Amino acid sequence: MLPQLARRLGLMVFTVWGALSLTFVILRIAPGDQATVQLGPEATAADVAALRTELGLDRPVFLQYLDYLGSAVTGDFGESYRFHDSAMTVILDRFPATVVLALSATVLALTVGLLLGVLAGRSPGRLTDRVISGCTLVMQAIPPFWSGIMLILLMALTLRLLPSAGSGDLEHLVLPAVTLAIPFTALVARITRSSVAEVTSEPYIQTARSKGLSERAVLTRHAVRNSVIPVVTMVSLHIGTLMGGAVIVEQVFAWEGVGSLLVSAVGNRDYAIVQGATVLIAIIVVTMNLLADLVNARLDPRIRAGVTS
Amino acid sequence: MTAMGLVHDTALPVRTGRGTLRRVLGAIPIVVFGLYVVAGLFGPLVVDYTPVEGDLDDRLLSPGSVLTDGSTALFGTDALGRDLFGQVLYGARTSVIIGALVVLFSGLVGIAVGSAAGYLRGTTDVVVSRVIDVLLAFPGILLAIVIAGVFDRSLAIVVIALSVTNWIGFARLSRSMTMSLREREWVKSATVMGIRRRRVVTRHILPFIAGPTLALATIEFAGAILAEAALSFLGLGLPAASVSWGQTIASGKEYLASAWWISAIPGIALAVLVICVGFTGDRLTRHFGRRQ
Repeated sequence: MLPQLARRLGLMVFTVWGALSLTFVILRIAPGDQATVQLGPEATAADVAALRTELGLDRPVFLQYLDYLGSAVTGDFGESYRFHDSAMTVILDRFPATVVLALSATVLALTVGLLLGVLAGRSPGRLTDRVISGCTLVMQAIPPFWSGIMLILLMALTLRLLPSAGSGDLEHLVLPAVTLAIPFTALVARITRSSVAEVTSEPYIQTARSKGLSERAVLTRHAVRNSVIPVVTMVSLHIGTLMGGAVIVEQVFAWEGVGSLLVSAVGNRDYAIVQGATVLIAIIVVTMNLLADLVNARLDPRIRAGVTS
Repeated sequence: MTAMGLVHDTALPVRTGRGTLRRVLGAIPIVVFGLYVVAGLFGPLVVDYTPVEGDLDDRLLSPGSVLTDGSTALFGTDALGRDLFGQVLYGARTSVIIGALVVLFSGLVGIAVGSAAGYLRGTTDVVVSRVIDVLLAFPGILLAIVIAGVFDRSLAIVVIALSVTNWIGFARLSRSMTMSLREREWVKSATVMGIRRRRVVTRHILPFIAGPTLALATIEFAGAILAEAALSFLGLGLPAASVSWGQTIASGKEYLASAWWISAIPGIALAVLVICVGFTGDRLTRHFGRRQ
C-alpha cells in the first residue's frame, strides 16, 4: 500500500504541475495580454508598455513561467485588477459557498441515487426498473442551466416558495443544490442499478439466500456493500463533472461561489483570477480522486492487497 | 488516475417478447434523431428566419399566436418579436453541425493517439496517459469556458474548446482495444510477414475498433451538443449573430415571468435530442457487443 500511495502522490504532483502549465499556456497564447486588456482600447502605447513592464510581461516567457510556478506554489496568483486584491484572497473568499453547494448536491445525489439504484437493480427488467431507468435517462439529458431555469419558473415565480437567485442562507441553497444534483443522481442511480443487478447474480448472494437470510439482509449486508465500490469509483471520477456543473449552476442562480467568479473573470479577462480558480478546481478534482481510491481500498480488500481482479 | 479501471454501466439483457412492438418503439429515437438532422440541415432552406429582424409589435407572443404579417408563430415569439420556431430550427442546425465537427475532430485525434499508444506502448503510452491525467484534472466544461472565453469568438474556437477533452474517450477506447488486438493471431502473422507498422494498424487493427468507436461517437455527440449549449448559455459560444439553443434559453431568463416559452421550448428541443442520441448510442453499444 505504501509504495502505491507514494506513486500516486508523485503522479498527483505531476498532474497539478501539468494543470498549472496548461493554464499558463492557454492564457499566454490568447490574443491580448493582461496589460492591453486592463487598460482598454483607448490606452496609449506608452501606458501599455509601462504596465507591461510593471507586470513583468516584457521579460522572456520562460522566466515568466518559472516566476509563475514559483509564486503558484505559495498560492500567489498575482493581483486581480477588478478586485484590487490578491487573486487567492478573492477566490478563497468565494470558496466556502462552492463547497456548500457541491457537498449538498453530492449528499442529495448519493441518497436519492443509491435508493433508486437499489430499487431498480434488485429486479432488473421489471416495471420499477423500467420506470427508474427511464427517469434517470431523462435526468441525465437535461442540461442543468435549463432545469435550473425551469425550477425557478416553477418554485420561485409560479409557486413563490423559494427565492430565484442569490446566495447565503438555506432557502437560497435549495434550488441550486437540486439542480446540480439532478444529473448526478441519475448517474449514481444508473451505476448502482447495474452494480446491484450484477452482484445479485453472484454465487455468494445465492449462498446468503440459501442459508435463509431475509431478502432485506441479503440486500443490505451482502449486495449493497459490494455494489458500493464501483459507485465510489465512478462518483470520484465525476467529481470534475460536478465541479463543472457547479460553475454553470452558480451562474444561473447568481450563487456567489468560485464558479460564477470564474465565469465573470473569463468575461473580464481577469487572468489572475482565471488562473487561480482553474488551478484550485484542478487540485480539488485530483485530491478527491486520490481520496476516493483510498476509500475504495478500505472497502475492497482485493485493491488494498494490490490484487487486480 | 487510470490504474483502478473504469466500471461501466452494463446493459443487462431485457426479457424478450412482443418483438414487433418493441422494435417499432426502439426505432423511434433513431427516427427522431434523424428528423433533427434533416430539420437542422434543410429546415433553414424552407423556413425563412433572420436572427436580426423582428417586428416589435410581435414581442413576447405566446405559442400559436398570429403575427402582424399573417403567419402563425408555432412556438411564440421572443422579446424582439422574432419567431421562436425559426430560432429552434436554426439552433438545431448549430447544434448538429458543432456536435458533428467536435466528434469528427476529436474522434480522429483520439483514435490516432490511442491506437499509437496501444500499439507502441512504452514511452508513447506513458506520455499519452500523463497528458490525459492532466486534462482529466479539469472539468471538461471548465477548460472549454476558459478557452472559448479568452479567445475571440468563432466556430473554430468553439470546436477546439469542446474537443480539448472530448478526444480522451476515443483515445482510451482505441488504446485498450489496440492493446488486446495487437496480441491476436492475425496481427502477429501480419507483423511476422514484414508488413509495415502503419499498415498493420490501419488494415488489421482499426477496422475492429470502428464499431465501438461509432457507438462512443454517438454518445460523445450528445455530450458535445450539451456542452455547446452550456457555452452559448454563458455567452461564450458562437458569435452573437448566430442562433443557438443555449443563447435563446439565456435570453429568455429575463422574461421568465411573462414569457416562459422562450427558455422552455429550446430546452425541451435540446433534451429530446440528447435523449434520442443517447438511446441510439446505447443501441449501437449493445449491437457492437462491447460492454462500454
